[in-house]
Amino acid sequence: MVWNAFGIALREIRRNLVRAALTVLGVVIGVAAVVVMVTLGDGATASVTDQVKSLGSNLIVARPGRGLGPGSTSSAPGFEAADAAAIVDAVPEASAAVPVRNLSVTAVYLQENWSTQAVGSTVDYFEVAGWSLASGRFFTEAEARAARPVCVLGSSLAATLFGQLEPLGAEVRLKTLSCRVVGVLETKGQGAMGNDQDDVVVLPLTTLERRLAGRVGRRDISTLMISARDGVSTDRVVQSVAVVLRERRGIAANEDDDFSVIDTEQIAATLGATTRILTMLLGAVAAVSLLVGGIGIMNIMLVSVTERTREIGIRMAIGALPREVRWQFMVESVVLSVVGGLVGIALALVGSIALADLMGIPFRFGTRINLIAFAFSAAVGVLFGFMPARRAARLDPIEALRHE
Amino acid sequence: MTPLISLRGLTKTYGRGDATVEALRGIDLDIEAGECVALMGPSGSGKSTLMNLLGCLDAPTDGRYLFAGRGVESLSAAQRALLRRHFLGFVFQGFNLLARTSALENVELPLLYRGMSRALRRQRARAALDSVGLGDRARHTPAELSGGQQQRVAIARAVVSEPRVLFADEPTGNLDTATSREIMELIVDLNQRLGITVVMVTHEIEMTAYARRVIEVRDGLLAADRRVDAVQEAC
Repeated sequence: MVWNAFGIALREIRRNLVRAALTVLGVVIGVAAVVVMVTLGDGATASVTDQVKSLGSNLIVARPGRGLGPGSTSSAPGFEAADAAAIVDAVPEASAAVPVRNLSVTAVYLQENWSTQAVGSTVDYFEVAGWSLASGRFFTEAEARAARPVCVLGSSLAATLFGQLEPLGAEVRLKTLSCRVVGVLETKGQGAMGNDQDDVVVLPLTTLERRLAGRVGRRDISTLMISARDGVSTDRVVQSVAVVLRERRGIAANEDDDFSVIDTEQIAATLGATTRILTMLLGAVAAVSLLVGGIGIMNIMLVSVTERTREIGIRMAIGALPREVRWQFMVESVVLSVVGGLVGIALALVGSIALADLMGIPFRFGTRINLIAFAFSAAVGVLFGFMPARRAARLDPIEALRHE
Repeated sequence: MTPLISLRGLTKTYGRGDATVEALRGIDLDIEAGECVALMGPSGSGKSTLMNLLGCLDAPTDGRYLFAGRGVESLSAAQRALLRRHFLGFVFQGFNLLARTSALENVELPLLYRGMSRALRRQRARAALDSVGLGDRARHTPAELSGGQQQRVAIARAVVSEPRVLFADEPTGNLDTATSREIMELIVDLNQRLGITVVMVTHEIEMTAYARRVIEVRDGLLAADRRVDAVQEAC
């Protein structure tokens, strides 16, 4: 009987293809929206976590204040340059530790000027942060000790200021400091937050503090970057570093840390969680449109029951059972929404490949979201086909035949 | 021999309380297999109600209805649908074909609900269309057919399942005189050639000339029951 209803329902759909297409449009758009949103969101999450992980599995970062991401507090005092040295001394698993201080500056060369980030650190910074050189050299220990005005440019800053000109040996002005370019860094690409990691100028911490910041504070280091030795569990290094920092910052045993130490795994997880929440929000908004699409199907099916009252009467007079009429409308509704779901998924596939390309996000085919969207569209058909189908089956054949 | 249709004290009332309408007030009627009966009466007489009850489209309020010896007055809607599917055929004044559906598919419809295989369905629907002289119009939709042709398709659809009784509700009501004559001759032919019992509702006096038995309904009761034997070309 269901099989029979299938044949009848398909015939009725074919008979009115335009109406069928308009009916499913809502579900097509709903399913496509949900799948595109979630696919792009997953791609963005993956790209964020990949970028953080590309920092290296042995990188550990310490920041003042509790936590990272939403809700983190930064009222805690910063670190001192000496903290880095203390960590290297006290934690044998740490191969290097560097203090990092950031400063917003305007870099000027001839007529070009550009707002950028100045990073002050020590010689080991380049290795710990995973930078390599495109040309020239890093600054040296001696230059750092003497607070020499030398700097290394990120590739996009170099391109902005110099264009086709040769940056090496040129003098760039940062605020009032004239600074000689000794090297240009290899391109790293987009950062985890969508920022340009290559829009940066690196100079010795000593130079930055004494000649650029205009103020030599004792606790102005915003970040400590620590590199764990190969094959060492980063969890243990994280704990050891925390112990050292607690002692140096004079935190009593019953007090909480006023800083946080995390490895790349955790950074990736935290940032990933943020994008996942955004993905869920976008998906939820899109799901509303799927719901509206389902109501659209119900609307057309209800109209169609009224419009086709006579047809229902004819079928009943000929000997169709009420439940056969119910099945016919039920199957019509489910077939429409399932087809709508499939078209929506196909559309989403094309759409998210194109959009991912446009937005520079990797495309990840999510089997789960596609299955969920499909199941949901089928459920929409059952849910919103039920009432019209029941109404059709309850018609009285005589009344239905008299209907104009 | 038991009559094919036997009614005893059949009543039908609509509505409740003060608004109650007694459409039928106690009908006794026997129709033998192979008969051709015309139901006459002015509008509001109850002839359509009687036809709906005879055709098992509706259930009576009270009384007995024996179809081929079996009581069918208290069947459920689904059981009545099955009875219609297997034993009854209908032709309506307004043709009532499915729009945007070919003549062949319209004729196939009753066989579809019987669960017949596609090939057999096609074959029998074609044969039925041939028998009403529309074998060459199988692919046409109702909109592409004249009124007379549409009614022929409807007749083919009614008889394709080889029913025991063909109910015709004002079958010529929407047709001109010449076409009406053709349709009536077709119905007479089905009755005589295939032995299908015909029950026809009409209010046109000239159409009763085709029936051998004319039953008149008035105010919900049988007013007359005449048998006419002398008419040529009647059933």
